[in-house]
Amino acid sequence: MSDRNRELFALVPASLLLVGGFAAVFIQNSASQSGLSLSYGALFLGLCLAGHVVVRITVPHADPYLFPIVAVLASLGLVVIYRISPDLARAQAQWFVVALIFFAGTLIFLRDYRKLERYRYTIAAASLVLLLLPRVPGLGQQVNGAFLGVRLPGGIVFQPTEFAKIGIVVFLASYLRDTRQVLVQGARRFAGITIPKLKHLGPLLLIWGAAMLMLIFIRDLGSSLMFFGGFLAVLYVATDRLSFPLIGFLMFSVGAWFLATHVGHVHDRVDAWLNPFDPALYDRPGGSYQLAQSLFAQADGGILGRGLGGSMVTLPGGGNLVPAPQTDLIYSVITDELGLTGACGVILCYLLFVARGFKIATIARDSFSTLLAVGLTSVLALQVFVIVGGVTRVIPLTGVTLPFVSYGGSSLVANFVLAALLLLISDRARRPA
Amino acid sequence: MNRPIAGLFGLFVVLFAVLVGFTSRWTVFEAKSLRDNPLNRRVLLEELGIDRGVIKAHDGTILAKSVKAKGKTWKREYPTGKLFAQTVGWSYPGQGIADTGTELYRREVLLGRSNSISSTIGKIQGHKKKGGSVKTWLDTEAQRVALRGLAGRAGSVVAMNPKTGAVRVMASVPDFVPSPANLARAAKSSGSPLLNRVTQARYPPGSTFKVVTAVAAIDSGQYTPTSTVDGKSPQVFSGVPLNNDDKISYDKVDLTTALTFSINTAWANVATDLGRVTMAKYMSRFGFDSKPQLDYPPTQMAASGARIDGSIVPPTDGRVDLARLSIGQDKLLVTPIQMMEVAAAVANHGVLMQPRIGEELINNDGQISRVLPQQQSRVMSASTALAVTEMMKKVVEEGTGTAAALNGVEVAGKTGTAQIDPLQNLTQPWFIAFAPANDPTIAIAVTVERSFGGFGGTIAAPIARDVMEVLLRNSLGRQIP
Repeated sequence: MSDRNRELFALVPASLLLVGGFAAVFIQNSASQSGLSLSYGALFLGLCLAGHVVVRITVPHADPYLFPIVAVLASLGLVVIYRISPDLARAQAQWFVVALIFFAGTLIFLRDYRKLERYRYTIAAASLVLLLLPRVPGLGQQVNGAFLGVRLPGGIVFQPTEFAKIGIVVFLASYLRDTRQVLVQGARRFAGITIPKLKHLGPLLLIWGAAMLMLIFIRDLGSSLMFFGGFLAVLYVATDRLSFPLIGFLMFSVGAWFLATHVGHVHDRVDAWLNPFDPALYDRPGGSYQLAQSLFAQADGGILGRGLGGSMVTLPGGGNLVPAPQTDLIYSVITDELGLTGACGVILCYLLFVARGFKIATIARDSFSTLLAVGLTSVLALQVFVIVGGVTRVIPLTGVTLPFVSYGGSSLVANFVLAALLLLISDRARRPA
Repeated sequence: MNRPIAGLFGLFVVLFAVLVGFTSRWTVFEAKSLRDNPLNRRVLLEELGIDRGVIKAHDGTILAKSVKAKGKTWKREYPTGKLFAQTVGWSYPGQGIADTGTELYRREVLLGRSNSISSTIGKIQGHKKKGGSVKTWLDTEAQRVALRGLAGRAGSVVAMNPKTGAVRVMASVPDFVPSPANLARAAKSSGSPLLNRVTQARYPPGSTFKVVTAVAAIDSGQYTPTSTVDGKSPQVFSGVPLNNDDKISYDKVDLTTALTFSINTAWANVATDLGRVTMAKYMSRFGFDSKPQLDYPPTQMAASGARIDGSIVPPTDGRVDLARLSIGQDKLLVTPIQMMEVAAAVANHGVLMQPRIGEELINNDGQISRVLPQQQSRVMSASTALAVTEMMKKVVEEGTGTAAALNGVEVAGKTGTAQIDPLQNLTQPWFIAFAPANDPTIAIAVTVERSFGGFGGTIAAPIARDVMEVLLRNSLGRQIP
């Protein structure tokens, strides 16, 4: 069977998920919702097929599993969002169209993605601007103390971090492709640890400083962890020296610890993380209410869950019981309805995505491609870890989206572009010479 | 560059495993404690969405029902208002008010959580939002008569069928119309209207307790109704002189006369002679020293018996003044339902039935399960019961309880007048009775708090008579409930 047909067959799980999921939610809520909304499911399935056709034409040799994994995650996301609110599901389906356009656009116009290297400083600068945009007065939007959104005319909230993460990875892959030799050569080895020369530490310190600045500016531990972690991953693969990421991680930890104890908002988040059931913290705005509700929702799900549409997301009198169920806490809603089993399925999907991403990195024919694949895969995996770890109380909760699953245009578009770049890299790597 | 990539993949495998581990922690290992966390309102909110079933009186009158509230929620209404306020109790989930009464005791049925196979299928089909209903033995007409009899005076009336334990009347005053606002107000009221006085109040029983002493005397074989004892007044017990009412002195008096005219010193002599062990044995058979075995929340029931520093002590304890205990004085504190059970045990040939408010539990799929009569204990032999019945009949015919006499129906009873504050002449009148004396279908206890100089025979007995009259009429010509 050819790769592309394999990909087509691999879309079967996504279509089953869509049909079954929508039917389940529909039956559960039959009293209050019309059958028309079922058509979103069919529409979405059609869009997945359209995406497949684009892949078939533009990158015929690309990895056959990546797109179906993305389709499964996006389908699950749509079903759960539909369960939370049919209106949001309609909007999400529209965003899915936009995301597919960007996906196709990336595949067509960035066929030779290596030309991105030429613009690496422009890309880096643009990414930094994107990151700082939410702090611009009158433009930025503060949610729970963190500056992550930008309000655009028309009421659309744009999340620049989602796009900045791709830009920064492109820059890092390109930059480290050039400097990795320099970083390792001339370094002294001491007690089995490679200590780079001081002058080569400069760029590292610079990026560390940037991450710390980000922490201060956007006040978000989670996204800083995502960016800095992505950087360390690329750095480690580029240099093959464990000491680099270890030193980097230590430095980040020290900085994060300092900020957690000295910046009020970060401090609150850590407090809520440590004592989610402290009544005083629970009632405080921006306190532990969100985390506590996340844990309560998961406890409600048990091993097999309450079934799609069976959990309590909204209050009987109106309003949400689970805050931000369609974005930050969507993993908790999934666990509530599909149980530990469903949650493990979601994690497994991401693990498969990561496995494919790293597989692409290993077969890539040039170091830029390898580092780019490693970076893109790592930031996505870290984003999953940051949000799922946040709602499961592994780390303090911060508001990033669950890639492909959470509601939101920026997230969907950016992650589809990310997937498109991975497909481009794999297509080049697997193309017969 | 493949070696570090493999390492990186390993790291992500570990990180994702941690995520799965923590998800398992919340969904499985700590799920129960999270569900029980006081901050977790899910269980409560689910309850708000359930159409809780109705509670009905025996005649089908709706005592409690759910009506649609805002959103998809339901709220509770009590169409009979204050009639059964404390007995039926209340349920206002999500308002910081705890459920009480039958609403609390039967909540699993009312919320539709009883585990039958068909209701599980119903749950799968999505019909889980409707609860089952409860039919009680309560009689609205007799309850109304009881409340009218109490006429706003603090006190209580409780009546049941001694053969089956079916509770027909359970009235407690002060009363109130249940609603969240009234509950908040009533909670601060000095009269404690929230208290169900039938099961929770602890009163000195006065002379009604002499029935217990009489049962112990005759059933132990040491006395017969014609045995004579010393009824002179005063006599010294535990180093303190004890008087009869109005200080009337009786020389040699038989037990029937001693009960008919409620002669204190005679019964004190009997109890002293019987001893602590015998008195303790009969008290515990009657159900003293432990909570009533009523289908009612245990938190809303009190045990009857001698109390020292708030805790129950058996009569075998040396600190209990046995002579005064036997005439309902000293440290003895009882609930009205316990004294009603004393009358009921004598009425039912010596067998005490467990009191039951519930008659039928009807599942949301229409399945009916009857609450079956249960024997609580055999207190005395049938012959003892018969002998004590004859003695109690005399009380109503010619003694202190003549006000309870009914036309054409023989009533057996015993009055009581506990002294609350002799200086202010404050008393607590009591009356316990059963009727018809030869084939009883009603046992009753009536008490009024803090009467100014009132006696059991003048204050409590007339209320008992009116309630019994209604209950006898309501059970006439039909199967005895």
